[in-house]
Amino acid sequence: MTITDSPVDNGVNVAALLGAREALSATPEAAEFTWRASCTWRKGTHSHSTVAGFTGLGAEQQHRSTYEFDVDHPECFASEDNGATPVEYVLVGLVGCLTAGVASVAQHRGIQLRSVTATIEGQMNVLGILGADPDIRNGFETITARFAIDADASREDLQALIAQAQKRSAAFDIVANPTKVLVELA
Amino acid sequence: MQSTAVIVGAGHAGLAMSRRLTERSIDHLVLERGEVANSWRTQRWPSLRLLTPNWQTRLPGHPYAGDDPDGYMPAAGLAATLTGYARLIGAPVRTATTVHALRAGPQGFEIQAGDDLIGARAVVLATGACARPAIPALAAAIPPSVTTLTPLAYRDPGQLPDGEVLVVGASATGVQLAAEIHRSGRPVTLAAGEHVRLPRTYRGRDIFWWLQVTGLLAERYDQIDDLTRARHLPSPQLTGTPEAVTTDLNSLTAVGIRLAGRLGRITDGVAQFSGALANTCALADLKMNRFLTRADEWAATSGLDGDLPSPHRFAPTRVDPGTPLELDLSSGKITTVLWATGFRPDHSWLDIPVRDRNGRIRHDGGVVTDAPGLYVLGLPVLRTRASTYIHGAAADTAALADHLHTFLSGRTAPSSFR
Repeated sequence: MTITDSPVDNGVNVAALLGAREALSATPEAAEFTWRASCTWRKGTHSHSTVAGFTGLGAEQQHRSTYEFDVDHPECFASEDNGATPVEYVLVGLVGCLTAGVASVAQHRGIQLRSVTATIEGQMNVLGILGADPDIRNGFETITARFAIDADASREDLQALIAQAQKRSAAFDIVANPTKVLVELA
Repeated sequence: MQSTAVIVGAGHAGLAMSRRLTERSIDHLVLERGEVANSWRTQRWPSLRLLTPNWQTRLPGHPYAGDDPDGYMPAAGLAATLTGYARLIGAPVRTATTVHALRAGPQGFEIQAGDDLIGARAVVLATGACARPAIPALAAAIPPSVTTLTPLAYRDPGQLPDGEVLVVGASATGVQLAAEIHRSGRPVTLAAGEHVRLPRTYRGRDIFWWLQVTGLLAERYDQIDDLTRARHLPSPQLTGTPEAVTTDLNSLTAVGIRLAGRLGRITDGVAQFSGALANTCALADLKMNRFLTRADEWAATSGLDGDLPSPHRFAPTRVDPGTPLELDLSSGKITTVLWATGFRPDHSWLDIPVRDRNGRIRHDGGVVTDAPGLYVLGLPVLRTRASTYIHGAAADTAALADHLHTFLSGRTAPSSFR
């Protein structure tokens, strides 16, 4: 890492995160968060979801604006392609979480990032979701993410960066480790 | 009955503390539920050896005096050493004396031990860090047809039924028992979560030599960035074999042991493992390499580079792309699950409110919080990283005995006590 005149700034307020860590360790109830989305079916395989509020720090919180998501399937699935597929949203969530992690860890470790791009892919055999083969799962067989990072750091440092980003990623944990999912009727 | 001080547990830490109290002419008793070194006698498997080489396994006033300084002491050897030490220092040990309760009392503390009620002004908890196995809640979902075992009950592969074995946890215990059981002809799958990889030797020296000379073992609890994490690190994947071989995951997969990721859930008899094994192994490799770099830097600045073989690095941990994400525990193929998932101390008889919300005793370098006169020994990174190992007791007990002495003389211990 070269010594620069200006301090490293990847735009991450690490001090705030470390402060939050300490404060929330003392008040663990405040650390309980519930994230949510609301979904309305439109037509066919098209649905529309919004994300507006979440619970955390002991109170209901609101995002700055309501975020909108159209979810659909492509035309080769005999759908109308009004939005990205659910599994693509999962890839977006995962790569977004890892990228945020890369920036945060880089900030914490004093690595100035110049650019970070990533491509993420999920391999799937659709015979699974078509119910045509019991040995094929519905979901991804493998997810691969490839990061291109331009920074003043050795390759080893960057490898350590992406390893640590995975280690502390919520989306990575949700996707890579078993997660309880309960679906019920109102 | 009264005693100025009472030490609970006649293991290495309790005996070291006894020696320190005797040095300071503080009258005390050591209460031991079994015989001296009870845990080493009754709760360890016979082939177990210490992770630390013999030259490092010293007690206060008692350096290693045997003829195998570079060897690794078997459990029975340590038990014999401790028994001899107890005699040497004239430790006032009451064997076959189980402590049923420790509570506040007129003297400060009151101990229900066997049929006796003992009043004491100071008490030292030295019952060890490994009294109970830490078994995850999901163990309840293991199909009843599968034998389950913890390391405290394990003695040798012969006690296991024929068939495959799932070892959960890639700590020192996990890799040692996985290797031993696999050698017995029972195919082993090892479920590996976070682990600590270290070579047994590096540049011709034992890894614990490096841990010592680089100053890593001397790092103090109040100077460690993430102390909670340091205190919960799994034991390093080392084995004390006479051949001083490395027993990392690569050594296990090389002999046919299969890896799986961290055990996450068991659903309808199917064990599900993490899909993050590759990164878990990458993190362990990175951590090992950070230490080896520290070791190389120390050797260079100490002028030892000329005397030692050249620096080098070890092959990255190999993770088979075909690593399973699940194993069916109800198919009959796997007949035993061995929980190498860590240990906990047992302070269940402690009836004083000194625990945090996770049930762990709150302490400042062994001085129990909110209970003047109460001390705890033998916990990981109690005062330094060496506290986790036998030789750490010497410095820990010297410091805490000083504190105890100050407490008994009625002077407030200085707030800058460290």
